[in-house]
Amino acid sequence: MPTTFPRLMLDHAKARPTAPALREKVYGIWQTTTWAELALLVRRLACGLAHAGVKRGDHIVVVGDNRPRLYASMLAAQALGAVPVPLYQDAAVTEYTFPIKNAEVGFAIVEDQEQVDKLLELRESCPTLKRIWFDDPRGLRNYEEVGLDSLDALVAAGQAHDTSNARLFDDEVASCQPHDVAAMFFTSGTTGNPKGVVHTHHTLLDRAIAGKSFDKLTSQEEVLAYMPLAWIGQNIFSYAQWLACGYVVNCPESAATVMIDLKEIGPTYYFAPPRIFEGLLTNVMIRMEDASRIKRSAFRFFMDVAKRVGPTLMDGKSVGLVDRLLYAVGNFSVYGPLRNTLGFSRVRVAYTAGEAIGPDLFTFYRSIGINLKQLYGSTETAVFVCLQPDHEAKADTVGVPIDGVEIKVSDSGEILVKSPGLLKEYYKNPAATAEVLTADGWYHTGDAGFLDAGGHLKIIDRAKDVGRLMGGASDGAMFAPKYVENKLKFFPFIKEAVAFGDRREQVCAFVNIDFEAVGNWAERQNLPYAGYTDLAAKKEVLELVRECVEKVNADLAADTLLAGSQISRFLVLHKELDADDGELTRTRKVRRGYIGDKYQVLVDALYGGKTEQFIETAVKFEDGRSGSVSATLPIVDAKTFPALQKAA
Amino acid sequence: MATRKIGDVILDVKNISLRFGGVKALSDISFNVREHEVRAIIGPNGAGKSSMLNCINGVYTPQEGSISFRGQTFSHMNSRQVAVMGVARTFQNLALFKGMSVIDNIMSGRNLHMKTNIFQQAIRWGAAEREESQHREFVEKIIDFLEIQAYRKTPVGRLPYGLQKRVDLGRALAMEPQVLLLDEPMAGMNVEEKQDMSRFILDVNDEYGTTVVLIEHDMSVVMDISDRVVVLDYGKKIGDGTPDEVRANPDVISAYLGTSH
Repeated sequence: MPTTFPRLMLDHAKARPTAPALREKVYGIWQTTTWAELALLVRRLACGLAHAGVKRGDHIVVVGDNRPRLYASMLAAQALGAVPVPLYQDAAVTEYTFPIKNAEVGFAIVEDQEQVDKLLELRESCPTLKRIWFDDPRGLRNYEEVGLDSLDALVAAGQAHDTSNARLFDDEVASCQPHDVAAMFFTSGTTGNPKGVVHTHHTLLDRAIAGKSFDKLTSQEEVLAYMPLAWIGQNIFSYAQWLACGYVVNCPESAATVMIDLKEIGPTYYFAPPRIFEGLLTNVMIRMEDASRIKRSAFRFFMDVAKRVGPTLMDGKSVGLVDRLLYAVGNFSVYGPLRNTLGFSRVRVAYTAGEAIGPDLFTFYRSIGINLKQLYGSTETAVFVCLQPDHEAKADTVGVPIDGVEIKVSDSGEILVKSPGLLKEYYKNPAATAEVLTADGWYHTGDAGFLDAGGHLKIIDRAKDVGRLMGGASDGAMFAPKYVENKLKFFPFIKEAVAFGDRREQVCAFVNIDFEAVGNWAERQNLPYAGYTDLAAKKEVLELVRECVEKVNADLAADTLLAGSQISRFLVLHKELDADDGELTRTRKVRRGYIGDKYQVLVDALYGGKTEQFIETAVKFEDGRSGSVSATLPIVDAKTFPALQKAA
Repeated sequence: MATRKIGDVILDVKNISLRFGGVKALSDISFNVREHEVRAIIGPNGAGKSSMLNCINGVYTPQEGSISFRGQTFSHMNSRQVAVMGVARTFQNLALFKGMSVIDNIMSGRNLHMKTNIFQQAIRWGAAEREESQHREFVEKIIDFLEIQAYRKTPVGRLPYGLQKRVDLGRALAMEPQVLLLDEPMAGMNVEEKQDMSRFILDVNDEYGTTVVLIEHDMSVVMDISDRVVVLDYGKKIGDGTPDEVRANPDVISAYLGTSH
């Protein structure tokens, strides 16, 4: 039966008032908010907002880390029929301008001084923004701006307003309908202005519940919420599904303590983009290198066992007695402690999404007994489109369409989706809405892919990015830049890659090394370096990257469709690609077109047959100042392989 | 933005001279510090900045002159007495317990406030346990304030230098000082760490009303965060005033940039 977020919250408060709803670590101790306490807090916040003039349909910006009171604020807004608009907390001021103007935002609830400063700066150009409330008063005591107040003050005002208008809250919650707008998410957008994706209570909750029944989630799950709330992935996992299932959402102390908090909480349901899993693994591997020789060899031995046996076990198949015994010993001595170190001791279901995950990385987690799976979805589809069933997780597919979802592939190879979770519209952008949501109810994902023999969806690339090589040896062959880039990024030494090749004779690439991994490697090789730029230009490092590139080429050669996409020349960039410089989106996707334009000289050098190229680039530091980085980058030729014919 | 009220003179240094044998480290220095202000002592290397701080702190005893703290005049101070009066300091070359965790290091700053004795603390029973939780809470607030939650249990020796400096500041704050003496809090830091530290110093000053006396040779930092600046050169005071006044002072310019004759 369709319902709304505030009603679900009140149901939990009624059915299990003393059960924990949220936890937050304060001064080193986990503090619990029960459902009943949450209900009361939401009630007061809602009354406070109503008192401040928030009306049905108003937009309220919410910016900050995962904090219980920000969650309560979103519920409070929804209780009044207002629409919370979560924005990325690490975005620059200018990135807020468009959403706030576009949605005519009058109210904002933010975490701390940093966000307050940004919004106050913005208020000059966005006069609609009347009121700002903050959660953490630190450093704000002496601010005397009009309309700026603490959440404490809002709660107090709400309490007073509630006493004189006792029916207000219940009436508002009752009149809020499932098909009303519940939230708006701005997509990062690799090109142009962001678009506000409008979702109703029903679209979000329907998908949340579909995911819940797919994985048999209960109210006993523990979840750690540490990705931005503005990302729909986090919003679904720690908000929509939180209310749909009634489990506990834990808020880490700060971004820096996530690893520690993860270990302390031991979540049972976990969701993260691949780079988080990669980071965790890199951490462990670096520490393992420093372990004693006996430990290292035991680790290697059992990891080989895990690699051989683990995935089969995870797929629910049986293995020989010896392997089973070896795996049991390994589980006791290596995998168990390793899962514990990673904070995954209790994980029942873990998902990765947002980007392709490397097969080695994916298999690693599955082989040590973590039920890591992939899913497919986007902001526009309220995440859940395809999920991998427990025993059918593969590295190169993203699962089967779940309850309520229909999928078909258009003639051009684009994936089309029909689902109850599709967006209502792009806010104030009917042209864009019409482009993706056709009259027959199909949503055009913009992804190129196909359903394989087992009914699993396989994604190749963004449909618009799939290009063709032109001229040269592989004239007319398909070029899927992201597919190539991902293959490169699967190596721990490579952090980012940008591939060029559309309408060109051959494929060339920019590479960003992973400073931590390569730095560590360099130390082990007794290779001194002064910083990123210096390390990136080392002959030995280039050689290391070349090996990776050639492995990718060998791999691509085996793929009939993409054998032409082998990388013939590459260079290692002198600076790390950064969202602050506009080179990556906030979700860390490379903006290929922008990078191509910005580093035009380098692209020309790659295709012009030069052996090195000088480049100077302006960079923005975190404090807003700018400087420049310059270097002469050597260009490296990589070996390519003849396309292997698949044995018939 | 600042609405904190700068009060009366809390620390008054009069005609201090300090000699080590034939070397004159300080000659006839006078200046004062008002309550709630950020007061900087600057000067080139070897100007006598640290010696000045050590005189206030009771580490050195000046041969001449006097120091008054809240109206009480002393011809020499002793370190413990200074601490009891509410003056805490950090060190240029960090004097942390490298093998101990961040929590324990900051906790050591609570020592003066502990009422139970070492034997009670050793068995950690009754009053000692209650007291420890109270102090721990205070320490946790400092950890939160300095944003070092991720390193609570990390041995200090394993932290990068910038973070060690923060722990050093944390330990000084644990004393709940009225006056905080900071000896080159930003030495050896990169731009970002300097910014963080400046913000912490201003926050301490703003949130707790703590009077801050700091030594620094990075002029730009000092000018940004100080209310008033004393300039020393070769043990002599060559300037005293607001950052703008000091910046315009020809003696200061020549001490820093040199003059052509």
